[in-house]
Amino acid sequence: MAKIGLDKLRHSYLPTPKAPEDYALKEIDLEWTDGGAYALLGPSGCGKSTLLNIISGLLTPSEGRILFDGADVTDLPPDKRNIAQVFQFPVIYDTMTVYDNLAFPLRNRGVEETRVDARVREIATMLELEDRLTTRAANLTPDNKQKISMGRGLVRDDVNVIMFDEPLTVIDPELKWKLRSKLKELHQRIEVTMIYVTHDQTEALTFADQVVVMQDGVIVQIGTPEELFERPRHTFVGHFIGSPGMNILPCEVQGARAAFRGALVALEGPIERIGTRTEIGIRPEYVRLAADGIPATVRKAADIGRHTVVEAVAGETVINAIIAGPPPERGTEVHLALEPRQTRLYADGWIATEAGAP
Amino acid sequence: MPGPGVGPSLPCGPPTPHSWGPAMTLELKAVTKKVGGEPHIYETSLTFEVGGFNILLGATNAGKSTLIKLMAGLERPSSGEIWAEGRNVTGLNPQKRRIALVHQFFVNYPHMSVFDNIASPLRVQGMPEDEVKTRVQEAADILKLGPMLARRPQELSGGQQQRTALARAIVKDATAIFLDEPLANLDYKLREELRDQLPELLGDRGTVVVYATSEPTEALLLGGHTALLHEGRVSQFGPTTAIYRAPADLTSARVFSDPPINLAEVEKKGDRMHLGALHWQVAAEAAALRDGPYTMGIRPHHITPTEPEGDTVRITGDVQITELSGSESVAHFAVGPTSWVSLAAGIHPYRVGEAHDFFMVPGHCYYFAPDGALAARGRLHHG
Repeated sequence: MAKIGLDKLRHSYLPTPKAPEDYALKEIDLEWTDGGAYALLGPSGCGKSTLLNIISGLLTPSEGRILFDGADVTDLPPDKRNIAQVFQFPVIYDTMTVYDNLAFPLRNRGVEETRVDARVREIATMLELEDRLTTRAANLTPDNKQKISMGRGLVRDDVNVIMFDEPLTVIDPELKWKLRSKLKELHQRIEVTMIYVTHDQTEALTFADQVVVMQDGVIVQIGTPEELFERPRHTFVGHFIGSPGMNILPCEVQGARAAFRGALVALEGPIERIGTRTEIGIRPEYVRLAADGIPATVRKAADIGRHTVVEAVAGETVINAIIAGPPPERGTEVHLALEPRQTRLYADGWIATEAGAP
Repeated sequence: MPGPGVGPSLPCGPPTPHSWGPAMTLELKAVTKKVGGEPHIYETSLTFEVGGFNILLGATNAGKSTLIKLMAGLERPSSGEIWAEGRNVTGLNPQKRRIALVHQFFVNYPHMSVFDNIASPLRVQGMPEDEVKTRVQEAADILKLGPMLARRPQELSGGQQQRTALARAIVKDATAIFLDEPLANLDYKLREELRDQLPELLGDRGTVVVYATSEPTEALLLGGHTALLHEGRVSQFGPTTAIYRAPADLTSARVFSDPPINLAEVEKKGDRMHLGALHWQVAAEAAALRDGPYTMGIRPHHITPTEPEGDTVRITGDVQITELSGSESVAHFAVGPTSWVSLAAGIHPYRVGEAHDFFMVPGHCYYFAPDGALAARGRLHHG
């Protein structure tokens, strides 16, 4: 187990990078506490796999250092870093039994057989594989193969960190949610630092205490699931977290308020700064149909049982609202009211209002 | 537009609402499918119409793909008939039917440009090249692929690749388009985006659209009509929202719920329902039920961590599993032998292993008779 530090990391796949866009990672400074559950979340191409490979040692960064408990491991090869990794696709020995597969990482390091037996049985029980221990791995379903792959990652308790790279990709949708929360539970029990890389918000938010959201090689926010949902620091986070994501309305600033297509909108708190581009950010959950507010036309509305999702347009801007009650007809002219305490201003993508008084 | 083909060419059934041709419907008439003596599809009769999506909703292996293969002519039914545009097409090859098929896995030709990929079904038909060009351009514009036409599929994002597959489906003027979990392999943001656009892209083309999915929320978002499939049988078919609100039986309620609907064995005694130590006054519609055992069903979003107004039943249980989607929180908790699932808006920081209070409003309950049929539903289910 270890505290992990990333110190001014930058990485480019080009031999002589010049412009910022030449970098797959643009400058990462980060400290992860010992024993925490972390997720790296972002769309494909955001740099999360690059970062993972740098931590595991598969890739040497162009600049910066990686520290495990303060010790510089930047130049250490993967096998000297004492880490465990679980990949997207199962990495197991088909000819071995489930038991021997799970035991392999321990035996490989000369752990004595009674200890091996105890650990293998413990992990197998956690993963509900205890009645499969004598089965040859080749005869298992893809789901169970991946479970063994996870088990092999979890079986050693002396690792600095366990890293999961999109581990549920091959898992059947109906099993996914079980394994998601299983991993969370496992983390609570074994308390090893874990890093989970995914593009899936549910996997990240369910697993992690702290989620690192990445876009274009930059960390746009580090926060708890509540923080990412309630107060996205960047419009990308607002858009990426939540279904549908946060509404982003181009606006101008007028005094303490924002003006969107002539309508003045109250904000959560004082404006801290104004950039070249300003936008209002508000989640669909906090948009209501009201007697007055922003005029818009209903383009689509779906009653999805637990609520109704209304998609309205004001000029070129799409605004989603999550409401109770029956869906309005397509083409209906409506007024949208924004809950002021949940209405934030973003300048050049970054949050620019102070949180109002609670 | 029925041409001479297999089976009678006269349209049958009720008169068509379209003035320009025979009924654009797709019909399964008592279709069954057995593979090696094992029934994959039990006797199924369904009519799919133009306008809006026709959704096949069911878990993996429920029979969705088999039904699509039967309708598309990729497999033959063991018995029964398939009719399209008012004629029997049961024995007809897929090439002879004007259909298009989009799979879960984007099937594009890797060595061809996007343009050639979209053009391929038209060139197979022997269409003149200038018309091919017009059609491809039109389909590419609809699917926002205009700037990508010269590229190869592998140079595109997952969403663009799937849009290329969709463009190939819409380019050929099919009378029916089958989409077999077309968004399942996309990142959720892309899935959200394409799902949002699909009804516009496919809805108004005078085509029967059949869309298979395993996600209940996707069915609700797409609207139209839904057939619920479970182990090779259609348990219910009707307007999507209506059958969600009024499941005909236990199976339908199970199939059309995500997270899974809460089910518990209850006993009606007089005007009260009993579930272990919990009991409550039955809502008006259930009051007329005979005393005795029922299965109660209540959807996860009607089990809430905050107390709603009105009559509520408090359920206290140990949280076992939690799950946070981007905007909703799910908690699984247990009370004695009964497990419950709650779905709440927003992010709730539950602690696994700790007891939490949850609340249920009896007016949201469904009651199913011992044979599984819906016996009563709470007054709060509007629509």
